Amino acid sequence: MNTVVAQLQRQFQDYLVSLYQQGFLDNQFTELRKLQDEGTPDFVAEVVSLFFDDCSKLINSMSRSLERPENVDFKQVDSGVHQLKGSSSSVGARRVKNVCISFKECCDVQNREGCLRCLQQVDYEYKMLKTKLQDLFNLEQQIVQAGGAIPQVNIN
Amino acid sequence: MGVVTESQFHVLAVDDSLFDRKMIERLLQKSSCQVTTVDSGSKALEFLGLRESNESDDPNATSTSPDVEINLIITDYCMPGMTGYDLLKRVKESAAFRSIPVVIMSSENVPARISRCLEEGAEEFFLKPVKLADLTKLKPHMMKTKLKKESEKPAEDVKPEIEEEESSVIEILPLHQELESEQQEPVLSNNKRKAMEEVISTDRSRSKYNDITTLV
Repeated sequence: MNTVVAQLQRQFQDYLVSLYQQGFLDNQFTELRKLQDEGTPDFVAEVVSLFFDDCSKLINSMSRSLERPENVDFKQVDSGVHQLKGSSSSVGARRVKNVCISFKECCDVQNREGCLRCLQQVDYEYKMLKTKLQDLFNLEQQIVQAGGAIPQVNIN
Repeated sequence: MGVVTESQFHVLAVDDSLFDRKMIERLLQKSSCQVTTVDSGSKALEFLGLRESNESDDPNATSTSPDVEINLIITDYCMPGMTGYDLLKRVKESAAFRSIPVVIMSSENVPARISRCLEEGAEEFFLKPVKLADLTKLKPHMMKTKLKKESEKPAEDVKPEIEEEESSVIEILPLHQELESEQQEPVLSNNKRKAMEEVISTDRSRSKYNDITTLV
């Protein structure tokens, strides 16, 4: 039983570290994990879930705004990017946030093509992160079910 | 009903984003504060008991005071309708509530915006994402309101009174080095500027993941 837990914990740890190393997550995700405790064991999962819902909604509405070349609502797009940048930054979703930075630049100069490219990229990145984090949370669940504790992983 | 215990501060958090409200709520709870969140400036005013129109005629103007003592308002800057800045102004213009410290949060680092808020009386300006460490700066401001209420001082600008209260506040506070150094900073506008510069130039560099330690 102990070795199963230890193995799972090792897996979890390695996986989380790899997400940082590959640039999917940054320090802010660590900050987020600090806010979770025994009283709020689902906090990170809830916040992350809210974030992905936001991504989906915002991407859809920005897509609609960008749809017709002769009538792009850049104000709306800018507002969407602003929100996305803010929440990705708060969650530690580094790649998503970085795309948002480029996205904002395209929006500022009213570059529709650029915006469309960024939109596609943001969509790709958030979905990729969603899969990765789902795997991470599954590992967490397995550890808990096996009676173990979630390792504290300190990234310096 | 709800008598606020001595050690618990009650913070009113204002943000139009559900996501951000969830974040700030957890941050504040983790910092041992009671939290009420609202999604707009006007709801914040409503909660405080300030009406849009003449507050002195309104019997509800100070109705929240006995039951709900707010020790700090933390608000997002960018909100539709009433911005955080507008809310700050309304609070500071109100005789009943101007002594409540107000903190502004923003995801954008705009020095002119920060100056304006600090000049209007905001105690701090936090750049989002707000971290747990940022919230340790709040305790000194909230302590002032508790002491004020106890000594029944009139609701005027807190700043000149700090020297007087400082020694007793330091004794009460837990042994946090950051808190002590915050206390020793004279609270003048040019030092608020300094605090603002520190906020702007806060090390936001991404960590180099050279040293990874794990605790199991």
